[in-house]
Amino acid sequence: MSDHEYTPKSKVGKWFNDRLPLLTLANHLTDYPTPKNLNYWWTFGGILTFCLITQIITGIVLGMHYVAHADLAFQSVEHIMRDVNYGWLIRYVHANGASMFFLAVYIHIFRSLYYGSYKSPREVIWIIGMLIYFLMMATAFMGYVLPWGQMSFWGATVITNLFSAIPLVGESITNWLWGGYSVDNPTLTRFFSLHYLFPFLILGLVVLHIWALHVPGNNNPIGIDIKKPSKDTVPFHPYIVIKDAFALLIFLLIFAFFVFFSPNILGHADNYIEANPLVTPAHIVPEWYLLPFYAILRSVPDKLLGVIAMFAAIFVLVILPWLDTSKVRSTVFRPIYKQFYWFLVADVLVLGYVGAMPAEGIYLLIARVATAYYFAHFLIILPFLGFKEKTTPLPLSITEPILGGSPDIAMARNNSNYKEKL
Amino acid sequence: MRNSLKLTFFFILVSSLFFSKVHAAGEQNDLLEVDWSFKSFFGKFDRASLQRGYQVYTEVCASCHSLKHLSYRNLAEKGGPEFTELEAKAIASNFEVTDGPNSDGEMFERPAKLSDKFVMPYANVQEAIAANGGAYPPDMSVLVKARKGGANYIYSVLMGYEEPPVGMELDDGVYYNKYMYGNKIKMSSPLDDDIVEYSDGTKATVDQMAKDVTTFLQWTAEPHLETRHKLGFRVIIYLSVLTILVYFSMKKIWSRIETEV
Repeated sequence: MSDHEYTPKSKVGKWFNDRLPLLTLANHLTDYPTPKNLNYWWTFGGILTFCLITQIITGIVLGMHYVAHADLAFQSVEHIMRDVNYGWLIRYVHANGASMFFLAVYIHIFRSLYYGSYKSPREVIWIIGMLIYFLMMATAFMGYVLPWGQMSFWGATVITNLFSAIPLVGESITNWLWGGYSVDNPTLTRFFSLHYLFPFLILGLVVLHIWALHVPGNNNPIGIDIKKPSKDTVPFHPYIVIKDAFALLIFLLIFAFFVFFSPNILGHADNYIEANPLVTPAHIVPEWYLLPFYAILRSVPDKLLGVIAMFAAIFVLVILPWLDTSKVRSTVFRPIYKQFYWFLVADVLVLGYVGAMPAEGIYLLIARVATAYYFAHFLIILPFLGFKEKTTPLPLSITEPILGGSPDIAMARNNSNYKEKL
Repeated sequence: MRNSLKLTFFFILVSSLFFSKVHAAGEQNDLLEVDWSFKSFFGKFDRASLQRGYQVYTEVCASCHSLKHLSYRNLAEKGGPEFTELEAKAIASNFEVTDGPNSDGEMFERPAKLSDKFVMPYANVQEAIAANGGAYPPDMSVLVKARKGGANYIYSVLMGYEEPPVGMELDDGVYYNKYMYGNKIKMSSPLDDDIVEYSDGTKATVDQMAKDVTTFLQWTAEPHLETRHKLGFRVIIYLSVLTILVYFSMKKIWSRIETEV
């Protein structure tokens, strides 16, 4: 960003820009050289920004009508659904928006895993991203508690109870979190407060995430370093802007379908029953996007170790840039890693599935195997694979595999193949 | 090509997970399926059915089940049973509510107005439980959304009263229901042929009443369902047209360089 020379044309613009270089920033964002071979998996950054803004705006409006009180919360949500003008729309957008947000973030994360976007020099972008992801889970969890339905109450009870597994101070910590001796009104009010706060922390981290991205620039599907700006790049505006807009619209179509025609399919019916501390639901399950971690938690027989395993599952992602020892970024040139990558995708889906099932019999067994594999992937396979795997030759530039001007005969022969892969 | 294959595979996998989840969790009998008028993209309520359903609710269900999130004015609102305002006022005035305090500091009784919430059959949950042999008759405002299977589930339970299977012992005040979770229900079969008399001449069979009251409860749970469907359709059309326009703009812009999008 610092290598940017820009002088506004107008006098006023120059005067202002000398004092606060906002116009320089705008110019940087417009011209930002972006690899021209980015595929549609790269559009999810923009989609996620849209999701965050949507959640914040709808959330602020909901906050005007919602009452954070154990006796009134459920009723106030029904008030929003019935009496507030388009309250049903705002709430359904917010509730389904959370699911769409997670759908997009999972695609974004798995894109990064596939193309090695977490590797040097982009480790900091990745770590900030993981912080955002972690805060998203906390925010979503607390948001789900606010309607004060059965699943809100019992989900909150199960998750906050996890902290009681900590030796010696566990119980004190849990009581401190609750603001009492069980999940009750003080829990609800603090969750509301934090649920309102966290999105703005996320927003701040998103700014850092994008800032950190703009230092090395985007990774790309073939994962090689490129010269910027060059024949391999296009300016962000209009090329990437219009492409992101197109992808966002497709995403919005799916989003709208859920909001208008299946608004409750991603939620749980029990959450339309008012919270009742005396009646435990038959199955307590978190929202779908937390299920893989829930499965890991329950697959360990010991409570404390289960909690440790669950947090470790996120922590291995944080240190991933140092676990993956391969210097080659893109999976396109890593034939063996590619297979393990799809195994991991399947493994996480399996974890999500068993997370929704009762923790017994065959489901528990599957959960244990899948949990073991999850950790093995990051802690054993990735570090070793980096040394052992024979990667295929990398092209010299993005233009090369596309235009076919390769000095390497074998690669030129594979050009059509590359083109398809990219 | 290979990417799109993978994508398709991915979505099939995810959606199959969803559906198997729904299926595996249902441990009771498969629900009866009704082709409700409010289902599908353009789904609307059958106005006459809603009005009949309201009659069934008032004459049968309301003695135990509350509708505490509804107001009498809702009965005259668009997208609902659409009683006229006069009819809704007349309905409301049948109920007594406590108001006050007045200028003397006294609480007083008065007939309900359109702005009042539906009067509840019991003063509180404890009274409701005490009057019903230990089982709380749930509030029906969002009942359809609070049960897996939604409208089909409510309808099935209403139709699911049968003699218990041989060997099944039932306590006093407990009834067998084919579709209820656990097959035991503390509510006796609420509907009998001609238990209500429909003013529009529709024959009040158990099946008809079950359908009408379920339709009514679907509306109480989702009073803006019709607006939602209508708006949703417009939003999808708008987004589709915009998507096509943006697609061609994108193609045009990217045609300046040799890379494909």
